[in-house]
Amino acid sequence: MAVTLHLPTILAKLADSRALEANGATVGEVVSEIAGRYPSLAPRLRDEQGNPYPFVTFYLNDEDIRFHGGFAATVADGDEIAIVPAIAGG
Amino acid sequence: MTRQIRNDSELPELESDEILRYSRHLILPEVALDGQRRLKGARVLLIGAGGLGSPLALYLAAAGVGTLGLVDFDVVDVTNLQRQVLHGTKDVGRPKLESAKDRIRDINPHVHVEGYPVKLTSANALEIARDYDVVVDGTDNFQTRYLTNDLCVLLGKPNVYGSIFRFEGQASVFATEDGPCYRCLYPEPPPPGLVPSCAEGGVLGVLPGLVGTIQATETVKLLLGVGEPLIGRLLTIDTLTMQFRTLKLRKDPTCPACGTREIRELIDYDQFCGVGAAAPKEATLEELTPSELAAKLKRGDDFDLIDVREPHEWAIARIPGARLIPLGTVADAIASLDPAREIVVHCKMGGRSAKAVHQLQAAGFARVRNLAGGIARWSDDVDPRVPKY
Repeated sequence: MAVTLHLPTILAKLADSRALEANGATVGEVVSEIAGRYPSLAPRLRDEQGNPYPFVTFYLNDEDIRFHGGFAATVADGDEIAIVPAIAGG
Repeated sequence: MTRQIRNDSELPELESDEILRYSRHLILPEVALDGQRRLKGARVLLIGAGGLGSPLALYLAAAGVGTLGLVDFDVVDVTNLQRQVLHGTKDVGRPKLESAKDRIRDINPHVHVEGYPVKLTSANALEIARDYDVVVDGTDNFQTRYLTNDLCVLLGKPNVYGSIFRFEGQASVFATEDGPCYRCLYPEPPPPGLVPSCAEGGVLGVLPGLVGTIQATETVKLLLGVGEPLIGRLLTIDTLTMQFRTLKLRKDPTCPACGTREIRELIDYDQFCGVGAAAPKEATLEELTPSELAAKLKRGDDFDLIDVREPHEWAIARIPGARLIPLGTVADAIASLDPAREIVVHCKMGGRSAKAVHQLQAAGFARVRNLAGGIARWSDDVDPRVPKY
């Protein structure tokens, strides 16, 4: 399944792009493919065990994946994944 | 959906000059006389009188919110003025609460300001927030954000949330009766140092204006009980592409604050966020002061001085004799450095260079030290001609 992954500014510089095209059957597979392509981005997307961080939320078509099986959430062609890390400035 | 703050019979009356002042509200059917009385009777607590707190205080005062509580212990610094429009050049060095009070009095003398010149802590937060209707989170650190969230969940008060970084912002309304809270969105904070502060990472000056006015709008909506507040929704704003997205938030049944309610009192948020004295120590960090570095340079000691800031910071100010190796490129530069030589690493304030010191130590460099306080303290202690930024 071909999906688009949207990166926030702070992570976009590690991939030289704000939106990446990637493939996979689940969000986890998509993240793995991106992590393989951009090694410096990998540790910002998932922990050493390959699990999502509690301070980086993944949205699949505007739904939080934690309520849809986490990285096991299945994706369909044309889906959009947005990464929203915690920020604290004010 | 609507939230009645007080019975209409208890609401204060408007004086004749207030009726004229608020005329553009009074002719809105969604506000009208009763809505304006509700604003006058309302008490809103602003945590932070900085970037987000500035537009919040200005607009909520102008809108006629009767009592504004302000929690801020900081003084106005010249670097605040690029975005903190509540304060002016003449206020540099004054407590933010004082300049805020002056400005609010000028905008709307009918507003009563209660100032709390303290750091919000687990010890004082419940007492401060108890008598307010809405709490607005305009803080600049994770500890106070989790504290504000838990406080609002415990007291059953809505938490109007806003957060900014560089060119991006977030806003939502947490801790309403049936809605999610901040912990439902982010169960835990990132480890200290992973997300740079605005002082380290920068922030577009206009951005808090955008996000703070959205928070002010949500606050007024909650007080009036009109429209659809950002409950169960996270608004994300990217000013570079000018894209606004609304993402769905769900109340997490396993959330220790608003789900299982196992958090029954405020906790140690420094410990929760891994900062301060309670934080586990990383590998030993040897430091030297700017004065000690100046003495070494004067003596002509044989060592390498490495600046791990970014090229755009190097262009603003530098310490003579330093070599620029931005933090992200330290790994690549290790091969060009001699592990046997003495090395001093610096950045702007000491945080990034501490990371570089640990990175070099892990690579087998034994004689690496961090410059305490970075080039900012160098400017204070050694050479004021080096500009601070």
